[in-house]
Amino acid sequence: MKSSIEVHNLTTAYGGAPVLWDIDFQLPTGQIIGIIGPNGSGKTTLLKTIMGLLDPASGFVKVFDQPLDKVREKVAYVPQRESVDWDFPASVYDVVMMGRYRKYNLFKRTKDPDREIVLQSIEKVGLSEFKDRQISRLSGGQQQRVFVARALAQGADLYLMDEPFVGVDAATENSILNLLSEMKNEGKTVVIIHHDLQTVSDYFDYLLLLNTRLIARGTPAEVLTKENLTNAYGGQLTLLSKVVNLIKQNEFPIREKDSDV
Amino acid sequence: MNSFIDFISFKDPNVIYVVLGMVFINSSSVLIGTFAYLRKRSLIGDAVAHSLLPGLCLGYILAGEKDITYLFLGAFVTGWLSTYLVDYIVNKTKVKQDAAIGIVLSGFFFFFVVLLTYIQKNAAGNQGGLDHFLFGQAAAINKQEVMLFAIVCIAILLSIMIFYRWLISVSFNMDFAASMGLPVKAIEFLITSLTVLAIATGIQALGVILTAALVITPAAAARFWTHNLRWMLVLAVSISVISGIGGAYVSYIKSGMPTGPWVVLFLSLITLMSFSFSTRKGILASYLKARKNKAKILHENILKAIYQHHEQLEAEGELDYSLMSSEILKIRLFDTTELLKGLRNLKRKGFIREDNKMFSLTAEGKKESRRIVRLHRLWEQYLLKRTTIDTDHVHAGAEVIEHILSPEIERELEIELGIEGIPKEDY
Amino acid sequence: MNDFWIILTASLVAINSALLGSFLVLRKMSMIGDAISHAVLPGIVVAYYFSEDKASIFLLLGATLTGVLTSLIIDFLSKKAKIQGDASIGITYTLLFAVGMIMISGWMQGNVDIDLDCVLYGDIALVNMDKVIVDGNLYVGPRAFYIEFLGFAIIGFCLWIGFKGFKLLSFNEDYARSLGIATGRWHYFLMGLVSLTTVVSFEVVGAVLVVGFLIIPAATAQLMTDKLKPMLLYACGFGILAVIIGYFTAVYFDVSITGSMVSVSTLIFLAITVLKRRKRQTKALLKSSTDLRG
Repeated sequence: MKSSIEVHNLTTAYGGAPVLWDIDFQLPTGQIIGIIGPNGSGKTTLLKTIMGLLDPASGFVKVFDQPLDKVREKVAYVPQRESVDWDFPASVYDVVMMGRYRKYNLFKRTKDPDREIVLQSIEKVGLSEFKDRQISRLSGGQQQRVFVARALAQGADLYLMDEPFVGVDAATENSILNLLSEMKNEGKTVVIIHHDLQTVSDYFDYLLLLNTRLIARGTPAEVLTKENLTNAYGGQLTLLSKVVNLIKQNEFPIREKDSDV
Repeated sequence: MNSFIDFISFKDPNVIYVVLGMVFINSSSVLIGTFAYLRKRSLIGDAVAHSLLPGLCLGYILAGEKDITYLFLGAFVTGWLSTYLVDYIVNKTKVKQDAAIGIVLSGFFFFFVVLLTYIQKNAAGNQGGLDHFLFGQAAAINKQEVMLFAIVCIAILLSIMIFYRWLISVSFNMDFAASMGLPVKAIEFLITSLTVLAIATGIQALGVILTAALVITPAAAARFWTHNLRWMLVLAVSISVISGIGGAYVSYIKSGMPTGPWVVLFLSLITLMSFSFSTRKGILASYLKARKNKAKILHENILKAIYQHHEQLEAEGELDYSLMSSEILKIRLFDTTELLKGLRNLKRKGFIREDNKMFSLTAEGKKESRRIVRLHRLWEQYLLKRTTIDTDHVHAGAEVIEHILSPEIERELEIELGIEGIPKEDY
Repeated sequence: MNDFWIILTASLVAINSALLGSFLVLRKMSMIGDAISHAVLPGIVVAYYFSEDKASIFLLLGATLTGVLTSLIIDFLSKKAKIQGDASIGITYTLLFAVGMIMISGWMQGNVDIDLDCVLYGDIALVNMDKVIVDGNLYVGPRAFYIEFLGFAIIGFCLWIGFKGFKLLSFNEDYARSLGIATGRWHYFLMGLVSLTTVVSFEVVGAVLVVGFLIIPAATAQLMTDKLKPMLLYACGFGILAVIIGYFTAVYFDVSITGSMVSVSTLIFLAITVLKRRKRQTKALLKSSTDLRG
């Protein structure tokens, strides 16, 4: 099976303490994949490291069996909604158009096919009537859909979404879910950070359960066992967090250099 | 050298005034600045400094002369107005705090420039040295001014001592303080008033632009050394006063040199040194820690390799074999010079014996090597039990951690895993 | 004719500042602009020290690098030394400004001819002293105007071709990086342009005036519109308006011209803040009354 994302021995640290620690996994293609875990378990850090926004302390990431820089065109990132200032003077159309920006076309004029794609993406998320509206005058759910539309406009094969279901209304949740299954039918891969355990088995084909370390991975049935969930959520990993603190206090290297024989 | 003795012996009465002035001015600014730093509102001080200027001019115009009461009242009003305006703009419009500070700062400053030219052209007599507030006049501090600075400084110090607890709670978490029923508005008013007072004295010495350094820099430097607020205050005041005297000294020995910029230069130097040498998070401390950690890892890895050598020969019960350094290299690929250095250190510490280039473990060494191997394998077991990890990665995952696990954690691992002795790597 | 050249030159300062200031305000980095405008002082002093005739253009461009250095130091203090962002800004610009002042004092006897008051608020009334005269007698305007115009040409061109990049950087930096765009380079590009504005305007209006023109018109424009391109135009418009009203007010009351320009700019901002609030309140009132009826 071809893998969409391969993460090998990945450790990402913040201020000396590992936030993600020795993570290893391969994700399938053409599926909807959920990343779950308690608050502060490194979910967002994982997405950001995969996207190259954070530098790992060790390990590497491959996307479609290539380094990210070779396949960036095929990957779309949807950041958390709170990560931007929605007062920014831009319309829905402006933001979605950013999905067509590339390193090489930043200095060029926008072309007609780009405009076409942007309008289609806006239509797909059902925001056509709001396309000229300034983005702060949208509801939270509509703002989330703007971000999804921007990712769609990228025309990618792999989508990484950070909590797209947080603070959205039922209509938005349904419309995003419909889009997801549509994308899946087209053979696209979607990776979503999710926090609502109730809906996990309905939404996802494959799951990663995270709490600093990778607790479990596999189909929802495999992952959502009582043991795994207590390991991740039940405060069973106090030892792990104690060790994280020790590392931070002593400024200990997370990896020995040149020692793996 | 002579000039240095002249300086510290206070032969020149002006030197006394300047030094005392620096002590009081800098202490006042730092006391305020430390709280501003903790509240993450360092640049408000900058806005206040700029906004005092038009107040001084208005006071001058109203009084018709350089009357200290009028000047002070004017400055107090505009200084207070500036913090109010920043808050108003942030709360009522979509303009964010950084821009609000910038607007208030430049708006007041240029209103001052207008008033200054107005006074220069219209008021009878001179403008009373109002433009000295632009760059400060630390070298010209006189006796009356020193008295005034002392009063301000003592007033600030007393207020902080009396309201210490309130100030901390508001600085730490405003919402929490409000929920505790503290008079947050009144405390805010107190902080603003003290800020205006402190900065009003500061700009006389350093001028409107550099005063920000008195408020911000000492607090940032002190932060490198301590977590404790009281110590932070003491340290920041000391840093600032030393820099103040240093600046006064430079301008004393070299005529034409302004005091203020040198004060700022000294402050920045101390900050740089704090960043480099602080015991808490300085780069030197980090470097030393990294070296210590590296040595510890090396020593423990050598002991571990010797243990594994015995394990291969099924002699881990006794650990009595002697081996050459090349045999250790077969177990684990060390850098040769590093290995020899590590072996020397271990010998010195009494963990191994050397006999004709053959190394063997002492009783201490046996104990230590067992401890390390055990920690490594306990951690492997823990990872296998609690997380999902590819078996070929388990060993690497535990490779560093064995060096850091404390006895307390070791006991917890034992209890959680129910393992005694040294488990084998049998996955 | 004097009036005309002063207003024209100051308008160019206002336009340059307003264009760049809009991006600073949107990125919540106004105070970094403030810091750069103070911190270029040592660069300017060095430029003057080494050029015999007053400020050759190349040396002034060199001074621009001081501004980039400023933002590098700020980033170092906040990211590596973990000093709060606000405090990093304050520490950096006070240090560099102090260094500049010490240089001036130390070289005062030499050939450096910089007046500290000028550094702060310039003297635009003197713009006409330094004239550009072609063919011996044809007066084509003050030299400052041409320096400003060169600045405008560079800044205008950079913003025009880099518009998409600056927009993306300002709205969502992480996302820009996820597209593979080197946001660090764009950041220092912008900081370099801010520094350039300060340096070219320094002689005309003083470094600190630039702060007023960087932030205030842009923030006013932010209140007026919620589209980016109109915001840039509004910012330029408010800047020019402040220049014109400020100039004639200053002449009428016989006070500082630059001071008057920024004061007027601030008053415009405050007036629009109050007007907008009033309007919003009325709207809300109308809405609630229709809601009641409905």
